[in-house]
Amino acid sequence: MKLTVNGTDHTLEAEADMPLLWALRDILDIKGPKFGCGAGLCGACTVIVGGEAVRSCQIATGDVDKPVLTIEGLAGDELHPVQQAWIEEQVAQCGYCQSGQIMNAVALLQSNPAPSDDEIDAAMAGNLCRCGTYPRIRAAIHKAAAKLAGARP
Amino acid sequence: MSRIGKITRRTLLVGAAAVAGGVAFGYYQYRKPYPNPLRDGLEKGEVAFNPYVKIGTDNRISIIAPRAEMGQGVYTTLAALVAEELDVTLEQVAIEHGPVSPAYFNEAAFRDGAPFPQFDDGFLAESLRDVMGVIAKFAGLQFTGASTSMADGFEKMRLAGATAREMLKTAAAAKLGVPRDSLTTAEGFVSDPQSGKRVAYGALAVDAAKLDPPSEVTLRDRSQWKILGKSQPRQDMVRKVTGAPIFGIDVSLPGMLYGTVRMNPKPGGRLKRFDAKAAMAMPGVQKIIEIDSPYGHGIGVIADNTWRAFKAAEAVEIEWASGPGPESSADVDTALEAALNGTGSFSLRTIGDPDVVFADAPRERVLEAAYKVPFLSHVAMEPMNATAYIRDGLVDIWAPNQSPSLVKIAASRVTGAPEDHIAVHTTFLGGGFGRRIEPDFSDYALRLAKEADGRPVKVTWTREEDISHGPYRPAAMGRYKAALDDDGVPKALAGSIAAPSVVASALGRYFPVLPTGGPDSTLVDGAYNQPYGIANYRVDGRKVDIAVPVGFWRSVGFSYNTFMHESFIDEIAHAGGTDPLELRRKLMREYPVALAVLEKVASMSGWGTTPEPGKARGLAFALSFGTWVAQVVEVAETAGNIRIERVLCAADPGILLDPLNFKAQMMSGIIFGLSAAVGQQITFADGTVEQSNFHDYDSLRINQCPVIEVELLENAPRLGGAGEPGTPPAMPALGNAIFALTGKRLRRLPFSEDVTFA
Repeated sequence: MKLTVNGTDHTLEAEADMPLLWALRDILDIKGPKFGCGAGLCGACTVIVGGEAVRSCQIATGDVDKPVLTIEGLAGDELHPVQQAWIEEQVAQCGYCQSGQIMNAVALLQSNPAPSDDEIDAAMAGNLCRCGTYPRIRAAIHKAAAKLAGARP
Repeated sequence: MSRIGKITRRTLLVGAAAVAGGVAFGYYQYRKPYPNPLRDGLEKGEVAFNPYVKIGTDNRISIIAPRAEMGQGVYTTLAALVAEELDVTLEQVAIEHGPVSPAYFNEAAFRDGAPFPQFDDGFLAESLRDVMGVIAKFAGLQFTGASTSMADGFEKMRLAGATAREMLKTAAAAKLGVPRDSLTTAEGFVSDPQSGKRVAYGALAVDAAKLDPPSEVTLRDRSQWKILGKSQPRQDMVRKVTGAPIFGIDVSLPGMLYGTVRMNPKPGGRLKRFDAKAAMAMPGVQKIIEIDSPYGHGIGVIADNTWRAFKAAEAVEIEWASGPGPESSADVDTALEAALNGTGSFSLRTIGDPDVVFADAPRERVLEAAYKVPFLSHVAMEPMNATAYIRDGLVDIWAPNQSPSLVKIAASRVTGAPEDHIAVHTTFLGGGFGRRIEPDFSDYALRLAKEADGRPVKVTWTREEDISHGPYRPAAMGRYKAALDDDGVPKALAGSIAAPSVVASALGRYFPVLPTGGPDSTLVDGAYNQPYGIANYRVDGRKVDIAVPVGFWRSVGFSYNTFMHESFIDEIAHAGGTDPLELRRKLMREYPVALAVLEKVASMSGWGTTPEPGKARGLAFALSFGTWVAQVVEVAETAGNIRIERVLCAADPGILLDPLNFKAQMMSGIIFGLSAAVGQQITFADGTVEQSNFHDYDSLRINQCPVIEVELLENAPRLGGAGEPGTPPAMPALGNAIFALTGKRLRRLPFSEDVTFA
């Protein structure tokens, strides 16, 4: 099977029905996407496939026909504005869910550059955080939206 | 061990040492310095000043923060304690967890109340000693828990920084030929203001580390602090927002295999038989073994990736034996009720004689209520996992754990390897909440690694294994009774609490031969030790023998007792026609620290003003882990559902080492408590836990998360904890708010049994 992850083409041997999460983590050694529930219930494994946030534990590797972006591929020369906002707001506690939170937030801001609190809540409700970082996630998404707006010509 | 008749704190300490096979130490050794655990692992050109400070000739400065970083920020704040006195910035140091070592034993947990001389109040001092007494059973252990990291590190880690700094200055004085006292230190340099010369720590380290540490140093006054007391950027933050492989589950080693376990879902039940033929034929499956461990019975799979291991484990045909656990949740209720109706109890605090007051009180002035809470799972986001590597008589284990000492004991038991052949690597933890003090996931990984022909094996549990096996926060029931005077103030209060004992269950798992009888103060924590001045007062605890493994869940006994006790205080207020804030003011008038957090939360919430229509507020208070916390929860009714809109929190830990991080911990604790109160429960049917994943054991999501405001005070007489004290008051404050909104008094958790939430 062929898979493009963070701009790099990979050829891997795996069952076509292996969830993308495990192909990334155990075969390609890309550890940013996290295993949390294996059932699409917590969002810790969120990656972006063809521009859309996807639960990588719920998509078969064989069904992935668009480029995959994981948190490892988010930063360019500088950290992505969402990552910067996350640092400025000191969002993370244990940090385990944060890769998924950030990837989901990136996808949200791509489709909705200036989300309201309600829109943030609706978009992020599938991403569980047991440390209760939600208030800072909200603040960081607003901050990232402002950064992205400022960066646009 | 049989000669331990009368269990005193000290005999337990020494007993723990004996059981642990020598890795622990007795109280008698308390003042002896330990060998520096860093000595064996130094890089070329690197020297160790003490167990907390390493400096290299290349100016690499390393600080050891020997507690688990599970989200609470200890990694940064512990390092800040050293950095403050060492005169380095947090940006210029590398922070490491360090090896497992007696040098890092949790001293705060067994100083027997000595660090808290400020607490001149008899009952508080006494109750704190009791708390410490229970934890003291862990003495000899390096562990992270009981919100003790800062209390434990506060003095010794600042001393580690200060003594190293003084040694560096002595070496610089010799090098520069100037008097020592004329030198200053800052940002990793010793400077001579006279000549303007300065020398980097790295150039002094080798000479300085040869010196004897000064026998006396004066720690800096708070007014001189540059790092402590101010919010610091968390030093783990960049790695956590870039997806760095920092968790146990991210460990990757050459030649590594992958595994999982499937354990009997009936607590304590054994494995009757299993057939692995079909599973063994699946691709990538290498071995399927029986696991017969003190922590559970079942099977383990070794495969060439985690997903294949999961699939194979599912494919194994297994016949489970029944266990001694409850068949159904009704059995749990029956056992708890029987304990409440029975005579076996212990009391840690009795004042006056409530029974005499009850006998004399007119019936209309007597109030009674019964409360009930369920078993709870921790559901840390990172599923349980560990990576073990056994070859050539050497054992390495990478585990996201809260007690490397317990991991080492497990490794010694499972492999038989001598201690100096076992290395425990503590990674970052994807949440702990008390769950990761358990050695079970390490034990299972080691058993699989023994079968892996010298290759490392990473063993990951499914979420289903995590939720369906515990150890759980205990289920509990409580009965409370009060007699009110003419002003609605309680003249007498008595409470009885029935629950399985966390300490007995946990110590039984960790040290099977250690006696676990006697009172367990955690069972009544949050009930017997609150600063309410009631003339006749008694709380008794009843240990219930239910064969469900129970463990330390964020705030332990406070997590259920504060719910019951603070709900009952609210009931007393309403029954006596007193405002709940006013009643607490009266009852805690001798405790200015408590009054101050009450006043603060009252002003934050606008307590006393009429809430908008369809909205209501509830108040609760708890003193736990040395931190005084008052919270107000505001709820609103929206289309028949209850929405938690706002939480106001005033907390006083005495000294704020990092205000922003402390606030984040309070918020975290509040959301953790509300998650449990709103909808979490572990129930039994057919001898098996009914919940399995986040669809039936969920937590608050961002769309349910209230606005949370936290204000901090520093009046308390000693340094309190941060990780747990936010949790206890959140649950009763919510219940009290629901009562204020609906007139319905909810006495069982989760509230979703009785109301629906938006």
